[in-house]
Order: sequence, then C-alpha cells, then structure tokens
Amino acid sequence: MELQAVLMAAGGGSRMTDLTYNTPKPMLPVGNKPLMWYPLNLLERVGFEEVIVITTKEVQKMMSTDPKMKPDVKMKLDVVCIQEDGDMGTADALRHIHSKIKTDVLVVSCDLITDVALHEVVDLFRAHNATLAMLMRKAHEFTETIPGQKGKKKTAEQRDFVGVDESGERLLFMANEADLEDGLSIRKSIMRKHPRMHIKTGLVDAHLYCLKKEVLDFLADNKSISSIRGELVPYLVRKQFSKTINCPNIKDDADDQNLKTKDGSTNQELLISSRDEPLLQLAQERSCWNDHRGDMSVAYHGGKLRCYVHIMDEGLCYRVNTLAAYIDTNRLVSLTPPKLFEEPAVHSTAVISERCQMGSDSIIGAMCQVADKTSIKRSTIGNSTTVKERVKVTNSIIMHGVTIEEGCNIQGSVICSNAVIGRGADLKHCLVGNGQRIEPEAERTNEVIVGTDQLMEI
Amino acid sequence: MADSGVTDGAVGKDGIQQAKIEGKELTKEEKQRLRKEKKQQKKNKEKNDENASKESEEKPVSAAAPTPTQSSQKAPSAVPAPASLPVPASEPQPAKSKADMKAERRARQESERASKKKGGAGQPAATGKAKVAPSELQPVVKRLPEHVQVDNPEVLKKLAKKLEKQQIPLRLDYGHKVSLFSHLHQYSRRAPLTQQIGIPSTVIHPAIVRLGLQYSQGIVAGSNARSVALLHAFKQVIRDYTTPPNEELSRDLVNKLKPYISFLNQCRPLSASMGNAIKYIKKEISNIPSQYREEEAKSKLLSCIERYIDENIILAAKAIAKSSIEKISDGDVILVYGCSSLVNHILCEAFEKKKFRVIVVDSRPRLEGREALRRLVQRGISCTYVLISAVSYILPEVSKVFLGAHALLANGYVMSRVGTSQIALVAKAFNVPVLVCCETYKFCERVQTDSFVSNELDDPDDLIVTRKGRTQLEHWQEVPSLGLLNLVYDVTPPDFVDLVITDLGMIPCTSVPVVLRVKNVDQ
Repeated sequence: MELQAVLMAAGGGSRMTDLTYNTPKPMLPVGNKPLMWYPLNLLERVGFEEVIVITTKEVQKMMSTDPKMKPDVKMKLDVVCIQEDGDMGTADALRHIHSKIKTDVLVVSCDLITDVALHEVVDLFRAHNATLAMLMRKAHEFTETIPGQKGKKKTAEQRDFVGVDESGERLLFMANEADLEDGLSIRKSIMRKHPRMHIKTGLVDAHLYCLKKEVLDFLADNKSISSIRGELVPYLVRKQFSKTINCPNIKDDADDQNLKTKDGSTNQELLISSRDEPLLQLAQERSCWNDHRGDMSVAYHGGKLRCYVHIMDEGLCYRVNTLAAYIDTNRLVSLTPPKLFEEPAVHSTAVISERCQMGSDSIIGAMCQVADKTSIKRSTIGNSTTVKERVKVTNSIIMHGVTIEEGCNIQGSVICSNAVIGRGADLKHCLVGNGQRIEPEAERTNEVIVGTDQLMEI
Repeated sequence: MADSGVTDGAVGKDGIQQAKIEGKELTKEEKQRLRKEKKQQKKNKEKNDENASKESEEKPVSAAAPTPTQSSQKAPSAVPAPASLPVPASEPQPAKSKADMKAERRARQESERASKKKGGAGQPAATGKAKVAPSELQPVVKRLPEHVQVDNPEVLKKLAKKLEKQQIPLRLDYGHKVSLFSHLHQYSRRAPLTQQIGIPSTVIHPAIVRLGLQYSQGIVAGSNARSVALLHAFKQVIRDYTTPPNEELSRDLVNKLKPYISFLNQCRPLSASMGNAIKYIKKEISNIPSQYREEEAKSKLLSCIERYIDENIILAAKAIAKSSIEKISDGDVILVYGCSSLVNHILCEAFEKKKFRVIVVDSRPRLEGREALRRLVQRGISCTYVLISAVSYILPEVSKVFLGAHALLANGYVMSRVGTSQIALVAKAFNVPVLVCCETYKFCERVQTDSFVSNELDDPDDLIVTRKGRTQLEHWQEVPSLGLLNLVYDVTPPDFVDLVITDLGMIPCTSVPVVLRVKNVDQ
C-alpha cells in the first residue's frame, strides 16, 4: 500500500465559537453537507478506500445517529476517538494512532474544502522521495460582511513566512511571525545552497500533508512535538539544512532551545533511509540530472531529507476555521454546486410552492417547506426547514430545522440549527445561535444573538 | 555422420528407430530441421493422402534450410507418419503431395501476410517474417520488438485493449507531430500518467509508480541509471510479493511484472538496456525450480539482480576504464558529448594516471553537458565547454573523441543521444579517432540504419525558451504549419566509429553480432 489517509476531525473551531458551541466544527453544514464531507469526498474521488478519522466521541455519535449529519461516503471510515479537552494537538493524535500506520500517511484537516488535483502534491512526494509534501494557496480576500463585526476590522492574524526555491517547489524556510522576535534570520547554509529564494507571505496552508513513515516513527519517540503545523513542519524544514551530528552548532533559531537537548538524540532518529540504499545512490550517481545548477554539488546537495510544497495558482482551496471563511465558502459552494457534489441545488424532497422566487444560486435542503411569495436569493437553506409566506431571504445561511415565520426579512445572516424567527422580524448581518428564538417584529442589525450559557464559555 | 544414419533406407518405424539411435549424433541444425518437419507434418495431418511418394525433393521455401537427407528418405504411408510424430527423433518424409500442400500453404501465408501488411498490424507481420525464415532461428527463439505505429488506429486500438486488460491507463499524445515522426508517441511532461491512476495506487506497486514518475520527469535519465533504478524497483516488488494460493512463483511473478512494464513503457519508452535487464529477470524467474520455497526463491532472485548489476554495470565500468586508460596518452585533448555516466567514469579514473584536458560539447534542449562539466571540473580536470554548433571550430584542437552509447545495434550502428552522429561525422572529416564506450549488456539485436524508424519524441514544449520575459514560441500549437520536434536519439553508422571499448575488450563496430552470438550461446 502506498499511502494511508488520516482525517483530523477533532479540532474545536476555536476561532468561530459562535457557531461551534453547539455543533462541533466537523459537523457544521456547508452547502447542506457536514464540513467533514468535503475532505472525505476529495479522498474518495482520488481513489482512497479507507480513511482513519480522528475525532471526538460527540462527533462520532452524531455521525452514526443523526441521518442528516451523516457524511455519506463509500469509503471505509475507521473512527478513532480522542478526548475532548483539546490538549491533544494534531501531532499527538498521530502519535496516538501510530500503531495503525503501516506506510506513508496523507494527513488532511476536516475543514479543508478544495478541488486541487491531489496527484500534484503526491507526485512531488513520490518523484523526489520527499519526507514532507504539502499544499498551499494564495489567500483569498474575504469580501462578505461578517455578522457581529463592528466596522471593518482588518484581522491582524499572524503572518506566515514561507521561503521556496526558484522552481517554487522546494520548501526552504517556514516561520510564523509570532516566532520571529527580532527579524527573519536565515542560515547561511541555506543561502549557499539556494542563492535565490522567494519568500511569500500571502499563502494559506491547506493542512494537507504527505509524511513519510519515518516521520511518524520519529514522532512516536519525541513526545515534545504536539502540533503538525506549528512544530513538526518547521522542524522538518529546518532539518533539511542542519549539519550532521558531528557539528551540532545551531545558534540562530531561538525556538530550537527546547529541542536542542533532544536534537542530539533525535538527529539519529530521523534517519531517512531505505533498503538498498547503495543501489539508489548508484542510480542517482549515474543519472545525468540535477535539481539545481551553478555549484559543484550533486543533486539535492546530497541531502536525504527534503520538503516540498505545491502552491496552487487557481482553484478552490479554503480552510473553514473562521466565521468569515465559513460564510464565504457557503456562498461559493452555493454558486458552484456541480463542482463539488452531484446533487441538484434543490433537494428532491423539498416542497416548494410555485409562487416562490428562487434564484439558481441557492441550495435547498431535504424536506424543506417553502411557502408562497417567498424570495430566496444566494442562500443556503438546511434540511427540514420551514419558511412561511412572504419571507425574503438574501445572502444568508439557514441551517437545519429552522422555522421562519411569515413576513421575515433576513439579509446576510447566519441562522443556526433549530432557531425560530418570529413573524415580521428583520435581521441584517446577524448571527442567530443554536435554538434561539427571535421575537416577532424584531429588528436586529449586525448582532450576534446567542444563548446566555454560551456567553459564559470564554 | 548424420547422413549415413538417416539414409539407411529408413522406412516407417525402422527408420524412426534408427534415426532415434543416431539422434544423439545429429548436430543442432539437423535437430532443428527435424523439429521443423515435425511441425509441418502436424499441419498436414488433415491433408494426408495415401500416396506414399518417394520424391520429396520439393521442399517448401518455408523450411528454407535445405534438407538433402530428408529427400532421400522413403516416405511410408502417410498414416503411420503422423503416428510417429511424437517420436522426438527424425521422421521419414510424408506423402509427396505434401509438397503441393506446402506450396498451397505458402501461397496462403503470402496472401495473409500481404493482407495483414495492409492492415498494418506490426506484430503478426513480424511473426510472419519469423515463420518465413526459421533457418535464422537460433537455439533460443527471439521475439522481435513491437513496432510502434501511433498513426495506425488499429494498432492503437490493440494497445488500448491490452492496457485496459492490465488496468493501466493509456497516455494520450500531445501536440502536433512532425509528419515524418507521426508514428511515434509524443507525450507532455505536464500531463503525467499518475493523473489517471488513483492515489494510492493499488494496481501498480508504489515503487514502480515512483519509478515511472521519475522517468517521465527526467529525474532518472541515462541508460545505466534507468536500468539500475529499474532493478532496484524490481527488488522491492519481489520483496513485497507473496505467491497467491494455487499459483507458482515462477509463473505468477512474471505475470505480475507485465503490467508494471507496460506502465513504465507508457511513462517513457523502455531503453535497450532496460529491455535486456527485463529479459534477464524474466528468464531467472522462470528458471526457478518449483521445489523452492518462497523465501528461498525470493532471496535467490534478489541475489541474481545484485549480481547482474555488479557484473554488467559496476565491474564492466571498471574493465572499460582500464582498457581506455591505455588509449589515452599524456597531453591529449579529449572531446565528449553530453553526459554519459560511463565516459565520465572513465575520464575521472584516467585522470589519476594521465594528464589531459577535456572539451565538453553540449546541445539544447537538454543541456546535459553542464552536468558532465560539473562532474569533471569537480574532479579537477580542466575543461572547455562549447555548444554543438561550434564543434567544427573546436575540432582541430581535439586529439580523440569519446562517446557514450545508449545501445549498440546488431548491424554495428551506434544509437546514442541526438547529436552524436553529427559529432562523429565531423570528427571523421577531421580525421580524429572516435571511440565509443559501451557495456555489453546494452547490445541490442535490433537493426536500424536511420534515425526515423525507431526513436523517441520528447516533450516539444522543452524547446520553448523565455528570454527577457518574452516567449516567442508560446502559441506554437495555433500555427498550423509549425511543428516542434524534440528527438532524443540518433544512430551513427559504423564507418564513423573507429573502436568500441566494451568490457569484453576493444572491438571494431562490426563485431557486435559476434558478441551477441557469443552471449546468447553463453546463456
């Protein structure tokens, strides 16, 4: 077997608590399908037959019991439950399932929605015998107004600095702004080997990683690494250029301190070698190919550890981890339904009266009831939702089981499951939490309406 | 001696038994002829008539080897003749009208061959040719290589069917082909075959997928490197192989390897060295005795592979280096072309003992000479670098030319990177000796006199270059009268090559068939 797929679905959605306090993040509906359906669909389309899903007990229960939340995929899902306290990072989770892994892994995050041609990432992994191959894309600008946001807030998210070589494929440098106190420092050895480096900041990491089996063995021995993205990937990228055990002088990187003591012992453990190593060396020696030119070194500068990245120019690649991303992806998915799923935009069991105006860019879920004289534009309506007469829904996301009474006007809002919107309510850019009731004739603009118990949960 | 034995008036069973006794004394040719006769007799079984004729001088051309001994045999009634067919010794000549039947059959064969040629199926024609001239049959029956005929839809359909059966996707051709080479495949590097197979690959072993990808992207390039990488991948396949129940390893493993080889062929057409390596592996696998257990058999195969690489690549390189050092003298100016792993090895070894300088000639679009230049300069050899357009300018300085080969053909032609024949031609014009270095495992039974019939077309987009931000050929596909041709190989006639240095010694170009024959007898 070549690759084993692992889906990380235990994340808490810490940046969109308004949505996730009741529904766990993997189960949030996007285009009326649970969020984790999208990466599973990607894997299924490409040809995987089995996926190991790491998730919490709650999600597992929802997956098996709740029919409208069930992600219907034909693959065999091996669900592994971990504790919900949130102390377990992604790398810890990989360590947890180390015994199940027999070959190289493909780690995917549950909040990834993409239509990338996966063979591009995996080909880099295969052809160059890479230790790590990942996927990135230029970040989109989120254009929609986010409910509950006062004014245009420029999210000062921590930037990622990604350094790639001339070909745009080899990953030379990766650091987060938070880790760089004084400035960006780059080792001389990197500059000597790759004199031309492109440093990019506007990239979003898709959290899709191909890792060699040796990396997992290394993780099993090194319990200090707990997050793939935060610690493992930068460590591997740095390790590409580290000197051998004979001269372990690493002065530049400050955050190497805690790993430094382990470095002496870990240097030996992350040995990327294969059987018949001399034969592979012979083939490489006799081959007249080199990945760089201009200096006297052999291909790959003789390094065995290599990290590659595929940067997508076009196509979808979203990570739904903030509210803005959630709204945007919903919008996008409703605009291009045929791309990602084959079902028609309007579910067959929905009952829609004839005098309803529905745009072609809306998605109506199963068993909905839409009454007369309603207008639904650019929206997503979940399963089992009831929309009464003379309701105008524009640019909104209505989740499952919602009841919207007559004469409501909902614009640019997110209405979570099982909410009830009283008659004549007027909501603009609001977020109505799970199970909330909006009183009739209410007029709310730019508000987050959630239950009081959630407010306590900071 | 054979004559006397057979002409003893052998009639019917007596003749057979006598011939059987004498059978051990028959030479190989005799045995062949007798085997041929047996085959023909089997074909004539239905058409036997009762005439036991004595005259059977009219041997059909199909059994081209003249069999004077058989003509003197008395033919008994045709009925016991087929009965004696299972006897492995010689059999007496059957009915005279067999000659007529043979003539009929010949005519039928000709007509079939003619019609098949029109249909254009290369393989039946090749086998037809094989039937025509069985006298050229060596003890081991050789199969002629499949002729690539991309512009023939029937052949393509056959290929597609075969690939479908093996569950390998068909790689589509790309771009407009120059008409002279429209019978060859032309693939694009940006459309790898892995697009069409699932991830993770279950039909094809992951090591083979990786190898195919490395071939198509050019990461493993060069005849030796490709063979070594292929054998490395086969080692992994053999390690991961388990015999299914009710199957024999010797037969099943060969069948398992066939789709892998098709896959690799689709990624990049196989080289002659790879072909020979595959033949060797298949022979070794089929020769595994059935009483071996699986682990024994696998370890035996793995050690065979190691031995093959050791003998044919590593030791051969050492032997060739030793012979070539004698041919290099101090103060020489040696010209090399492109990047041949063997020539680089020779020069690096020779530099320890002799003093010389090297001129590296390079050509677009591969520009492999840069890699050769790097290796030689790293070793300390002083080098000059020119492009092939300057070769006639630089040649007056040159004292010897060392060329590597991709394969040596049976008629003495050297198949090598495109541009080699040009260098050999110019060197001949300047009376500079041309030495080709080639290991014997790259010797090929194919015969070719031009570079058109069998070649490889690389990605035409490699020829496009961007200078100062402008790419002139960017939209070459939209211009109907424009075709980009990126050939990979060409053949050099033996008149331009002065010496071939092999691990068996230094031979003239025309002795290649001798070496092939010697090797075959060894096997």
